[in-house]
Amino acid sequence: MTLLRYIPLLPLAACAINMFFGARLGKKSAGLLACAAVGASFAIALYVFMLLPATGLFRDTLYTWFESGAFRVNVSFQVDALTAVMLLVVTGIGFLIHIYSLGYMDHDEGMVRFFVYLNLFIFFMLLLVMGDSLLLLFVGWEGVGLCSYLLIGFWYQDHNNAIAGNKAFIVNRIGDFGFVLGILLLVTELGRQGIWTLDFAELQKHVNMLSPAMISAITILLFVGATGKSAQIPLFVWLPDAMAGPTPVSALIHAATMVTAGIYMTARLHFLFALAPQTLSLIAAIGAATAFFAATIALTQTDIKRVLAYSTVSQLGYMFLAVGVGAFGAAIFHLFTHAFFKACLFLGSGSVIHALGGEQDMRKMGGLKSHMPATYWTYVIATLAITGAPFTAGFFSKDLILWQAYSSAHGSQGLWLIAWLTAGMTAFYMFRQLFMVFHGGSRADPRAQAHLHESPAVMTVPLMILALGSIFSGWLGAPEYLWSSRWDHWLEPVFGGAHEVHHGAVETEITLMALTLVIVAAGIALAYVKYSRPRAAVDQGAGTGGILYRISLNKYYVDEIYDWLLVRPFTLISDWLARVFDPGVIDGIVNGVGARVRGASSIWRAVQTGNVQHYVMGFLAGTLALLAYYLRQP
Amino acid sequence: MVPLNHYLILSAAIFAIGVVGVLIRRNLIVVLMSIELMLNAVNLTFIAFSRFLGSMEGQVVVFFVMAVAAAEAVVGLAIIISVFRHRQSLDPQEMQLLKW
Repeated sequence: MTLLRYIPLLPLAACAINMFFGARLGKKSAGLLACAAVGASFAIALYVFMLLPATGLFRDTLYTWFESGAFRVNVSFQVDALTAVMLLVVTGIGFLIHIYSLGYMDHDEGMVRFFVYLNLFIFFMLLLVMGDSLLLLFVGWEGVGLCSYLLIGFWYQDHNNAIAGNKAFIVNRIGDFGFVLGILLLVTELGRQGIWTLDFAELQKHVNMLSPAMISAITILLFVGATGKSAQIPLFVWLPDAMAGPTPVSALIHAATMVTAGIYMTARLHFLFALAPQTLSLIAAIGAATAFFAATIALTQTDIKRVLAYSTVSQLGYMFLAVGVGAFGAAIFHLFTHAFFKACLFLGSGSVIHALGGEQDMRKMGGLKSHMPATYWTYVIATLAITGAPFTAGFFSKDLILWQAYSSAHGSQGLWLIAWLTAGMTAFYMFRQLFMVFHGGSRADPRAQAHLHESPAVMTVPLMILALGSIFSGWLGAPEYLWSSRWDHWLEPVFGGAHEVHHGAVETEITLMALTLVIVAAGIALAYVKYSRPRAAVDQGAGTGGILYRISLNKYYVDEIYDWLLVRPFTLISDWLARVFDPGVIDGIVNGVGARVRGASSIWRAVQTGNVQHYVMGFLAGTLALLAYYLRQP
Repeated sequence: MVPLNHYLILSAAIFAIGVVGVLIRRNLIVVLMSIELMLNAVNLTFIAFSRFLGSMEGQVVVFFVMAVAAAEAVVGLAIIISVFRHRQSLDPQEMQLLKW
């Protein structure tokens, strides 16, 4: 189906046009072109989605990328049910965020550059989800990392933004190192059995040829890559700093799409992960731990975007928890709903920041409810969705994960308990944010207050669409006791046997759901008591709440610990190498060799006088010596 | 008939004179002439052997040597003239720039 290639190529074409002619086109047309390209991609994706049969897939092979003996890699796109979901998320939400950016970046002189990066990101993300081999996925994987770096440091004039971009890039490099090793191990191990392939379908066919220990090693290495890209313990530290980028970027790359690449990768290779129970246990443990720790950090943050960043880390932890208990469908479902409500929250926060002229500190907000009703109400809906209020998207997807964590063969009550506590904390910090930003009296600068305004329609309409999605996207995957879920049937052909659907006791499921609602309600109530009173909603620095508060506010000092354990020793060693080892040893060896040679040659170079007649004398002596040798008496 | 040895001894003597000329003379033109002398000494040897062995190969080689010598003289003299224009001197001992 040759239509597929246009889905990624249209954004790439728009990117190229804007790159070379953007300055001549002007900000307005460049932005519109970028939006149109992504919109067209979305339309094609929707069309493909409609045509997609219940089982099977579409494939579009462009050309052979390289060939080496039996090893052959094509540049080839495929769309199956899993890819279709990702396609719609990437192009659909991407389209909305592109439109929103038209308004948000309106005052910025780098707008053309912004859309170039954004289009390039969409291209790489589509490559990632549509590639039919692990290698093509990896190309997209690295490409989105590059775009993430470029967009975090978009306002590069501020040194801190450049540093944040570097941090994201370097931390991801650590993860990608594991990812590359995983790919290499996979291809060489299969190659040893005579199967040279990285094609997903072929891999799935031949996965049984690998030994269990080898599968564990491969999956753990691949998961290391996922912890980097999807911000899990121990490599989550870059995501909160990535908030230095423009807010639409945070919404698109660092909430809805790129950071979910790790989940997509594990889901795409579910046949591999399903055969490695130890890896799955590790993933579940790391997912649950990340969800919990990130939530505890989010409780006390004062930067509006940082709260959302830690919330994203926490929600990604949920998704990995689902992957870890073998519920790939639930993970993708949460990915899908999360894309809506988290994009909505980020864009809403962007709208607030825009209105306040760049203010991000929640202690200097408050009382915005009446000034920006559209932003407020969409924010409320998205907040309800992420906390899991009944019949919103988060309610269905998060409950599904909690239920799977409890009931799946790989799950346990401990995992459920952690996820349950996290749900309570999520409710608390999200409503704390809602109250601090929109309720109570205003604590904003008088100057900022003067030009408070609701954002233009180009920004609020995407918010409203995303708010609708925050409610209804979850209805596709309702639990069986409500109505039959279409979600599992949809993904069944992809996950097949690896996807464990449990038709366990419905009473237990409902009880767990009720327990979740109880802790969510408790979290909301606590946030209401502490933060909704007028003017009281100010965290008075680190003084409140004692040591636990301070630990949370300082993010468990993880950055400091990494700084002391890794960054400082590394810079110290590098510094020593640069100041002592390099001039002393490396230069010493090179210069020493040179000096020795020169010393030795000072004797022999006297032979070369430059006088031709001396050389002829040499010829003569040599000739005579040869003659004497051959004519000697035997 | 003059025996072969006489030719060879004469040829060796001329060759030795040429070698010494190349080695010790302080004028490039004379050095070039000495080289011609050596070539002709070798020619004489070829001719002598050709004559005494009754074979034509030696004479053929002599023609080659003469052709090469002519070419060599042309190039050599051209270089010598060029050198003289630059340095107003033809003493090979003064041309020692190409060392260490």
